[in-house]
Amino acid sequence: MGSGRCAACRYLRRKCTDDCILSPYFPSNNPQRFVSVHRIYGASNVSKLLQRLPTHLRAEAADSLYYEAQCRLEDRVYGCVGLIFLLQQQIHAAESQLIKTQAEIAVMKSQVQHP
Amino acid sequence: MRSREPRSTCSCAACKLLKRRCGPNCIFAPYFRSDEPKKFAIVHKVFGASNVSKILIEVPEEQREDTVNSLAYEAEVRLRDPVYGCIGAIALLQRKMVELQHDLALARARLALYAATCSAGIANTGSDRFNMTALAEFPVACGGIMDGFSQTCYELNQDAHMYDFTQIPYI
Repeated sequence: MGSGRCAACRYLRRKCTDDCILSPYFPSNNPQRFVSVHRIYGASNVSKLLQRLPTHLRAEAADSLYYEAQCRLEDRVYGCVGLIFLLQQQIHAAESQLIKTQAEIAVMKSQVQHP
Repeated sequence: MRSREPRSTCSCAACKLLKRRCGPNCIFAPYFRSDEPKKFAIVHKVFGASNVSKILIEVPEEQREDTVNSLAYEAEVRLRDPVYGCIGAIALLQRKMVELQHDLALARARLALYAATCSAGIANTGSDRFNMTALAEFPVACGGIMDGFSQTCYELNQDAHMYDFTQIPYI
C-alpha cells in the first residue's frame, strides 16, 4: 500500500487517500518537486490554495508554485521577483532604444524627402 | 525574584497576528511593523510564518529587508492570481519584450534603409537586408522552462492591469 503514495504523502509519512488533493500534481516519481514546494510554501498552504481552485486549473497552479519555489530556492533574497525586475529593466532599455531609433528614422525621412 | 525585563508593549505585526510575545530578538520585528498588519498577513497566508522565518535566517541581515519585500510582493501577486502568481507577470513581461525586440529590429532595418537611401541618393533601393542583430542585443531573460507557461498565461490573463509592476517595494 505504501508504494501507491504520492510524493507528498510519502514525504509527510502519511497515508495517501484516494481523494488526496496533492496526489495528481506531486507524483511519486518526482519527489524533489514536492520537497521544493514544501520548503517554501508548506504542504498545508499548498493544499489550501489548490482546494480553492477549480480542478481544471490546479495543475497549472501546482506548476507555477513549483517554478516560484525553485526560483526562491536559487535566490533566497529575490526569488522570481528578481526576474521581474530584470525584465522590467530590459523592457525599459529596449523602449528607450526604440524611441531613439524612431527619432533617427524621422530625421532620416525628412532628409530623404527634403534633400 | 521578579524579572527586570520589561514586557513588550509594542508587538510587531507578526507577533500580533500569531498572538505571541514579541521579544527583543524577534526576527520579524524589524520588517513587519505593527502599523503594517496586512503585509505580514499576506506573507503568512501564502508562505507561512515558519517558512518565512527559515528564509530570513538563511540570508544575511543586510538583505533581509529586500527578502521580506520580495516575499510580500510575491504573496500579493499570488493572492490576486492564485493560478499563476508571479509566473503570469513574468510571462506577460516576456511577451512584451519579444514584441519590443521585433519592433526594434524592424525600426533598425528601416533606419538602415533610410541611411542607405541617403548615402546612395536613391529613392527606393527595394533592399530587404534587415539588421537582425537587434534581436541578439536584447535577449529575453529566463530560460526555456517558461515557454510552457507563456501562451497559457497570456490567454488566461489578458487583464494585465492586475500586475502592478510599479509596486515592487525595493525599486
